[in-house]
Amino acid sequence: MAEKLFNVQVICPERQFFNGDAEMLELKTTEGEIGVLAGHIPLTAVISPGVMRIINGDEVKEAALHDGFVEILGDKVVILAESCEWPDEIDVHRAEEAKIRAERRLKSGDGEIDEMRAELALRKSLIRIDLAQKYSK
Amino acid sequence: MASMRDIKRRKGSIQSTGQITKAMKLVSTVKLQKAKTNAEESKPYFEHLYDAINTMLKKSGNISHPMLSGGTSKKKAIIVVTSNRGLAGGYNANVVKLLTKGDIPKEDIIVYAVGRKGKDTLARLGYDIRADYSEVMNAPLYSDAAEIGRAVLDAFSNDEVGEIYIAYTIFKNTVVHIPTLTKLLPFTPAEEKDGETSAEQLTLMNYEPAAEEVLEQIIPKYINGQIFGALVEAFASENGARMQAMDNATNNAEDMIADLSLKYNRARQSSITQELTEIVAGASAIN
Repeated sequence: MAEKLFNVQVICPERQFFNGDAEMLELKTTEGEIGVLAGHIPLTAVISPGVMRIINGDEVKEAALHDGFVEILGDKVVILAESCEWPDEIDVHRAEEAKIRAERRLKSGDGEIDEMRAELALRKSLIRIDLAQKYSK
Repeated sequence: MASMRDIKRRKGSIQSTGQITKAMKLVSTVKLQKAKTNAEESKPYFEHLYDAINTMLKKSGNISHPMLSGGTSKKKAIIVVTSNRGLAGGYNANVVKLLTKGDIPKEDIIVYAVGRKGKDTLARLGYDIRADYSEVMNAPLYSDAAEIGRAVLDAFSNDEVGEIYIAYTIFKNTVVHIPTLTKLLPFTPAEEKDGETSAEQLTLMNYEPAAEEVLEQIIPKYINGQIFGALVEAFASENGARMQAMDNATNNAEDMIADLSLKYNRARQSSITQELTEIVAGASAIN
């Protein structure tokens, strides 16, 4: 069955990350994971760190999407991401280091704001590691 | 008239200066190309971000948020983007002039300096320099912009400053760079142009979480984005300005060399003539 397509744009500060058509888009927002099909109601949501999936037929593209927000406008989805990377762009070594650093900071636990940031960093690094490992096999 | 040797020495020194300026011009041309593509690639992000905030504000009408109405403090934070190195013509001076010749009294300004040249000049003039991010200017990254953004937003939410500005140079094209002072906070929405179509879209828009919360998340991102955009553009402008300055310097050196060559040849000619006259005079004296 030929699904209806819609345009997806992922824009980072440094570059246009992705611009193309998709049947379905999956991403994680602060309110939970959502799947977007063509003709979705207009929605603006804040992104929380997770894996984004752009599905077009048999082709599934995955990317680590960390921060930003998404604007869904009927036949067009614009994701403004502060950082976003394809699996082959992820530096696993760096992610591992970030994970250890964040874990240490969480253990020492000083100050509420720092804890939040460390937790966020930990989540980001875990996503990076997971995704990179999945694709390195 | 200067002696032949003096002229020759001066010509030599100008020639080597000309070579240096020519090399610097080539270097900044290459850097400019890179900076230009960076600046162009980063543009869509900010345009979208700006549009998104505008639509959000129009839809939600009168959200009262400190980031929209401004703080109570009279102080103003200004992020001043200049270069770390000189020899860029009026590039740095023009940005500094925005502050010194601007309407904001000196006592109310807190400077967040990016770029050593601007920082040094403003410090000498007695401005309050709160922070120095000069390292950033060597190669602007988004994370650097985010760090600066966090610092100014902290000052804003502590009510240390009531408004946030950024002074930088817009990169219009290779030859036109416009120094500007832009207000970042409180956010000023764009003028409504074609209200009909956008208003229609707006009524349909849903927010998750609520619009206020989304806005609270997006405004800091907008600030960071603006700062990053300013850094990238300023970097391009810096190299453009340096390229122009060095081009002028090289041209001037060439002009001076041409002038000196003429003088040198004249001096040479007159010395030959003089020698000849002396020989002829000597010969006629013997006869």
